Amino acid sequence: MRKGIIFKGKLLPLILMLPQLAITGIFFFWPAGQAIWSSLLREDAFGLNRDFVGLENFAEVLADPTWREAAQNTAVFALSVAVLALSAALLLAVQADKAIRGSGLYKTLLIWPYAVAPAIAAVLWLFLFHPQIGLIGRALNAAQIAWDYRLNGGQAMLLVIIASAWKQVSYNFIFFLAGLQSIPRAVLEAASIDGARPVRRFWTIIFPLLSPTSFFLLTVNLVYAFFDTFGVIHALTQGGPAKATETLIYKVYVDGVENLNLGASAAQSVILMIIVIAMTAVQFRFIERKVHY
Amino acid sequence: MLRRTLARSAAALTTAALVANRRAVAQGAPVELQFWHGLTQPLGGMLEQIAADFNNSQQRYRINATYRGGYAETMVAAIAAFRASNAPNIVQMFEVGTATMMAATRATKPVWELLQQTGVNINFDDVLPGIRGYYSLPDGRMASMPFNSSTAVAFYNKDMFRKGGLDPEAFPKTWQAVAEAARKLKAAGIAAPMTTSWPTWLMVEQFSAIHDIPLASKGNGFGGLDAELTINNPLMVRHMQNLIDWHKEGLFRYGGRDNAADGLLPSGECAFTFASSGTRARILKEAKFEWGTAMLPYYDDAPNAPLNSIIGGASLWAMNKGPGAGRSEAEWKGVAEFFAWLAKPEVAAKWHTDTGYLPLTRSGYEQVKATGFYKQNVGADVPIEQMLRGGGVLTENSRGIRLGGFPEIRNIIQEEMERAFQGQQDARTLLENATRRGNVVLRNFERANRA
Amino acid sequence: MAGALVKERGAAADPALRASRARQRRDRWMTHGILLLGVIIFALPIWITLVGSTHDVNTIGRGEVPLWFGGHAVENYVAAWSRGGEAVRNTRAVPAGIMLWNSLVMATLIATGKIIISLLSAYAVVFFSFPGRMAFFWMIFITLMLPVEVRIIPTFQVMVDLHLTDTMAGLVIPVVASATATLLFRQFFLTIPDEYAEAAKIDGAGPLRFFWDVVLPLSRTNIAALFVILFIYGWNQYLWPLLIITDTGLETIVVGLSKMIGRGDAQNEWNAIMATAILALLPPVAVVVLMQRWFVKGLTETEK
Repeated sequence: MRKGIIFKGKLLPLILMLPQLAITGIFFFWPAGQAIWSSLLREDAFGLNRDFVGLENFAEVLADPTWREAAQNTAVFALSVAVLALSAALLLAVQADKAIRGSGLYKTLLIWPYAVAPAIAAVLWLFLFHPQIGLIGRALNAAQIAWDYRLNGGQAMLLVIIASAWKQVSYNFIFFLAGLQSIPRAVLEAASIDGARPVRRFWTIIFPLLSPTSFFLLTVNLVYAFFDTFGVIHALTQGGPAKATETLIYKVYVDGVENLNLGASAAQSVILMIIVIAMTAVQFRFIERKVHY
Repeated sequence: MLRRTLARSAAALTTAALVANRRAVAQGAPVELQFWHGLTQPLGGMLEQIAADFNNSQQRYRINATYRGGYAETMVAAIAAFRASNAPNIVQMFEVGTATMMAATRATKPVWELLQQTGVNINFDDVLPGIRGYYSLPDGRMASMPFNSSTAVAFYNKDMFRKGGLDPEAFPKTWQAVAEAARKLKAAGIAAPMTTSWPTWLMVEQFSAIHDIPLASKGNGFGGLDAELTINNPLMVRHMQNLIDWHKEGLFRYGGRDNAADGLLPSGECAFTFASSGTRARILKEAKFEWGTAMLPYYDDAPNAPLNSIIGGASLWAMNKGPGAGRSEAEWKGVAEFFAWLAKPEVAAKWHTDTGYLPLTRSGYEQVKATGFYKQNVGADVPIEQMLRGGGVLTENSRGIRLGGFPEIRNIIQEEMERAFQGQQDARTLLENATRRGNVVLRNFERANRA
Repeated sequence: MAGALVKERGAAADPALRASRARQRRDRWMTHGILLLGVIIFALPIWITLVGSTHDVNTIGRGEVPLWFGGHAVENYVAAWSRGGEAVRNTRAVPAGIMLWNSLVMATLIATGKIIISLLSAYAVVFFSFPGRMAFFWMIFITLMLPVEVRIIPTFQVMVDLHLTDTMAGLVIPVVASATATLLFRQFFLTIPDEYAEAAKIDGAGPLRFFWDVVLPLSRTNIAALFVILFIYGWNQYLWPLLIITDTGLETIVVGLSKMIGRGDAQNEWNAIMATAILALLPPVAVVVLMQRWFVKGLTETEK
């Protein structure tokens, strides 16, 4: 690894960095600052009147039961998506890692959902679970299990969890497989000589070796469930019924874009930024270790 | 710095476009006018046809009518576009957006002012009182151009009524009788006899007007921005509890927010529905059974019921381009001319008979009546008759609603209804929660629009 | 250890061993079973969609979920591609052809833009010493913490101020800054031996020359791998286009599809929607499947 700095000059590197810095400044830092500023204002929808109200928006958001409900939904949703997507991916990866015929084909058939946009994944699952036109939705209703995710909050939550996790399984699968393949064969063979049964062998030897990957994936999955699933919720339930699937991100959108309460929406944005910074700090500790690895 | 450069070049581009536009006018090319609407098919196509007819009738203006999503989405898009100095010349705004648009005095140009400024004349004296009251200022001057005004009625499947042993020519008049009819239909094997579109508009707004109970203080908001919701009243609680119970019993099916339930009657899933009279066009096109139209039911033990129903639908607003951007005289003139075109008796009458929306004027109604249209199209006059029910004299409770942020309040009520239908709360809690949350919206709107 | 294995293989007649063989066979069937189940769960929604896209609107509207192809494939896809469906109810009706083109342009520009910008800034950070070097690096890195989802309204307002709403530039430029790509290239550049650069210096090559002749060719695999990931990232953009595009001429296919569905009315033109869904997922899936090796490499090395 090299450490020396090679070229002299001050202007050229700045020019090279300019595009990145300009975009970062204009589209990240400027709006982030604006978010903080407008979280302190109260504005009408058309942007014709504005008042400085200090921290009032924050006080209102934090006292708002619907915001707390959204926070709770977010926790349930994010944890469910992460657990479901991770466990399914781990199971599949362990199987695909075995030397069996057709494992290459299996791999291809298991990674393609990664390419499907979350919103499209939602649409695909809607075709299965729509109460009137969906295969499973109709079957459930025919079996006297009243299924309508547009009215039943629990069912709506289940559906957005499934659609979101489905897409993320592929991503986790790729990493688990890479993690498994990096475990030295000798370790596995030694374990199998010990006569440990496969299931025990997995939990006592393989799983601990995968824990860095698992931890990394857990944070990635939580971040995914936090942000990237906006499309799933928007396409499937619009946060309903009765706000049952409204996550914090979705609420920012509803309050800011649909209800045009700009101050409240900005205050929620700022709160989210604080949450994200905390989450990124956790993730960063891991990346940093990787960097020095 | 980059930002300023970009902004400057963008400004230069805009100026260039403006110059080009002016040159085009000088050369006789038509003035392009953007018109955003929120009507799905088949209504959207009919509206676009009217714009096309207007374009063909003259060469100076071209109305470019485009669909921008449903009413709520169109409203949001227009407001966002205004902030971006890119608002359409005309926007179709649903009736509950009226208070929001009226409060934004710098964003819109009231119709009375538009007509005065451009010298175009439209006679509003003859407009149906229910329509006129909804879209005019306290002194009677028109704020927006009424276009597709509907009211809510009941549509029912006569074939199913026969199957259930009910009289296909007599839709039940009272809610008590509606429940009985639904039970008979259920017994005859119809899984979900009753549904409704626009749950808040039908079951709260129309309900309050028909029973002459206030929806909000200050005369439903006409008296000032400091109005408060009053929907937590005994009659409302009783009706909501009935809906919840009927839902549990399988008599009533919640078909979703806004107009999501529009398809349930024509597809043959539900035996009757309460919906906008404008749904008539869709039912005409899709229903493969004999169907009828009837007035909305009421509780006959309520003292003043039944009164007239209120309107729904949408009106057209003339908009400024943006906070600091105006319009040319030619653009305003084009908008005014288009509004005048819509008010022409033959255009208004055709829109009314094609779609099921209300006729704009009383004389328009008489003219259509004289052609024998209502004899051939039984039920097409039910909405108008219902608008005039109770003598056609509007009370403070049946005049309409003027509450800021009302689209959000509608959603809040729908959400609380959904919670109740899921079995999470009873009618009293539903209305308590809706009142509390709705009042927060009203107070926020009041504060933001104090000036 | 290897000896022990060989010895085991030799003693084939041992009944205990036969039992273990049977267990192995059972395990193998289990493995196939689990993987097949996974494949089916992954493929089922696509199958239903693909099949549904070949039926007429009423078949699906009535809820007769078909499991095998119908005879309306050509007309459905032609209608979806050129007219956005038959426009029976869907007033919006943006042709899928236009939306696919918009998505393709957007995804390609985002991927290319991100790579170019990140290459340049990573090169500056690694091969130069200049004031504020680390500060700038951290400034880029910190953007990881500010996804567009948490600053929707103010970012929209910036776009409005710059007159970038309803433009392709507005779709692309705000998302081409990339901390992850910069990090990846930085990591990779750090592995380029000092001698290369010194040799270049002796040859009299300047920094730009060195970048063009040495660094860029060495980065080729990394660029290809990253391109696949970023193309998919770009194609799958949702919230951003939803916010800043109202002009149907610039609608992207992912957002356009969800708008076609609206609130999920059973009377939607489901056959056209299904055909559009297939068209929407085909390009990124094809990229992943065809460039699987690069894709996996890109993914596991960028760590998102």
